Amino acid sequence: MLEIKDLKVNIEDKEILKGINLSVKPGEVHAIMGPNGSGKSTLASALAGRDYFDITHGKIIYEGKDLLELSPEDRAREGIFLGFQYPVEIPGVSMVNFLRTAINSMRKYRNQDPLPAGDFLKLMREKKQVVEIDSDLTNRSVNEGFSGGEKKKNEIFQMALLEPKLAILDETDSGLDIDALRIVSNGVNKLRSPENATIIITHYQRLLDYIVPDFVHVLYKGRIVKSGDKSLAKELEEHGYEWIKQEVDAEM
Amino acid sequence: MTDQEKILSEVTGSDYKFGFHTDIDTETIPKGLSEKVVRIISAKKEEPEWLTETRLKAFRHWQTMKMPEWAHLRIPEINYQDIIYYAAPKQEAKYESMDEVDPELLDTFNKLGIPLEEQNQLAGVAVDAVMDSVSVKTTFQDTLADKGIIFCSFSEAVKNHPDLVKKYMGSVVPYTDNFFAALNSAVFSDGSFCYIPKGVHCPMELSTYFRINAANTGQFERTLIVAEDDSYVSYLEGCTAPMRDENQLHAAIVEIVAMENAEVKYSTVQNWYPGDKNGKGGIFNFVTKRGICKGDNSKISWTQVETGSAITWKYPSCILRGNNSVGEFYSVAVTNNYQQADTGTKMIHIGKNTRSTIISKGISAGKSENSYRGLVKVLKGAENARNFSQCDSLLLGDKCGAHTFPYLEVDNMSAIVEHEATTSKIGEDQIFYCNQRGIDTENAISLIVNGYAKEVLNKLPMEFAVEAQKLLAITLEGSVG
Repeated sequence: MLEIKDLKVNIEDKEILKGINLSVKPGEVHAIMGPNGSGKSTLASALAGRDYFDITHGKIIYEGKDLLELSPEDRAREGIFLGFQYPVEIPGVSMVNFLRTAINSMRKYRNQDPLPAGDFLKLMREKKQVVEIDSDLTNRSVNEGFSGGEKKKNEIFQMALLEPKLAILDETDSGLDIDALRIVSNGVNKLRSPENATIIITHYQRLLDYIVPDFVHVLYKGRIVKSGDKSLAKELEEHGYEWIKQEVDAEM
Repeated sequence: MTDQEKILSEVTGSDYKFGFHTDIDTETIPKGLSEKVVRIISAKKEEPEWLTETRLKAFRHWQTMKMPEWAHLRIPEINYQDIIYYAAPKQEAKYESMDEVDPELLDTFNKLGIPLEEQNQLAGVAVDAVMDSVSVKTTFQDTLADKGIIFCSFSEAVKNHPDLVKKYMGSVVPYTDNFFAALNSAVFSDGSFCYIPKGVHCPMELSTYFRINAANTGQFERTLIVAEDDSYVSYLEGCTAPMRDENQLHAAIVEIVAMENAEVKYSTVQNWYPGDKNGKGGIFNFVTKRGICKGDNSKISWTQVETGSAITWKYPSCILRGNNSVGEFYSVAVTNNYQQADTGTKMIHIGKNTRSTIISKGISAGKSENSYRGLVKVLKGAENARNFSQCDSLLLGDKCGAHTFPYLEVDNMSAIVEHEATTSKIGEDQIFYCNQRGIDTENAISLIVNGYAKEVLNKLPMEFAVEAQKLLAITLEGSVG
């Protein structure tokens, strides 16, 4: 589904990603962990098509297409979803209007007719249950006045509605209390299927108690320095990032 | 497709779509302005002596005046002798039946989405269509007459209801008021007149559609609305013009009188040709709009969506004379490319317990300049006057300007006046968030801007709100690149 080959990214002449290689197949859940400043969010942004940095080298092949040739909206329409670390507020634009515009933009791209209003509202009601979202929330403006937890739930709710093939969740666990973490994780688990894949970006291991990954990668100084199964996350928790840092820095 | 989607997909890729010119026989008088020209216009309209005199007084006064320079606008010099002050589609100005109307004219208004055949009209909207200097057709007059409502062109009102015109014309905006009001009072050619008798709730939206067609002409219309005790009317105004390289002058006057317990809602969607991307051409829109809440408990509400014109100079105002009277001003002003707008309102509190609300949303893009200018004045006798003002500016890009000039003059200690102002930039983050959900950038901007202006758009009558959303999208097209 996704092949990242030797991806190098600069922000203002500083190399942030120094050659990332990653292969994701349908049905898989990958966790990318790493200390602050290791380049995790930059990787998520590069996949989604944010353009505040330069991609200096490498390739991203998604479903047989050169992802770097696609605009951010076309990537979304091709099934890539980014759960934002800091979802923005859009005052005056209701969630209903926003999501209907989104879903119909995607349908148009696939030469499908727009979803009739009744069907859309039914779909919303259905998907709200996935993340136990307050029904009042969807009548409000996009993220406006939402608490941190509500914003993150709202991201997963949108993911449920848009049914992406590849979801990238950027620090979705940050700022969540234990109840919200459980709800968000349950939501993600319910959406897992043999057809879609998920990349979870996180600093802490605790999220992985709820969403069990097939693979864990450790990102450090712009490189994936270690990959393994879920036991790697446990090891990280026990030893901390210092263990990896020392190992890597010794080699360099 | 949803309505919203339809609108958005329709506007993508379109330019100013009302820029066409109708090839129709037009009667014009020679360029230039003099007492003789004023007399010619008055004679063409077969006006009574008193009105000719009023025009001449206004003209003489205008000659002593200078163009106002206090606005945050750069106005090129205007040669007032180089303008044609009267242009009318040939033929009789008014038609007994639709069969007599020049098909070209009908076609013009059809293209503008304003069908003049009543059976094709939007149900519940009566239209007075004004092309250049004359009113072409007023629809639903009979239906309205049953209720005692007078809705006709200004010229007709002068002929058929001279007492009403004489009593109220100039009572809210005297010709001495300002340079452009004086000019209009001297050379105005037509416009709309509306009278709602006591206790009548006008059953349909009344609307005037102004169209400039002829080249080198100015349009100087006036609108007069009188709402007697306990009456209600909602009034809409729309305007467009062909695309031309020369600037054209539009200097209008709107006067509203609201008696006891009367309510007048006045909505404008202003879409005069704004000039091209390099700032060439476009309409100079210098308009004086003012209403007086004469009776107790009366209410006047201005809602405007300003997207057109090269330069806009306009301050729809309320004089709150009646006790407990209410004035409202809701505005969205959008400027793109080289457009300039200096717009706002004046709320003059005279009566006790008078209340006013000002919501202004400026949106600037391209190299445009967008200013809000507002005065809240509370006179000595205005016990417990209340005002709330909110002026927000939204910037798209970094070459445009947004300015706020609020003035407060409060002479009564019991008054409470609140002012809030914000300036924000449309965020890359907001656009990217929309992109990531599959929404392209044009649609994202449209969504964000419409959300920003929602408070004001919600005040518009339904049909106009849809029109306004489209306009916002068109006006801002290509503003982010």
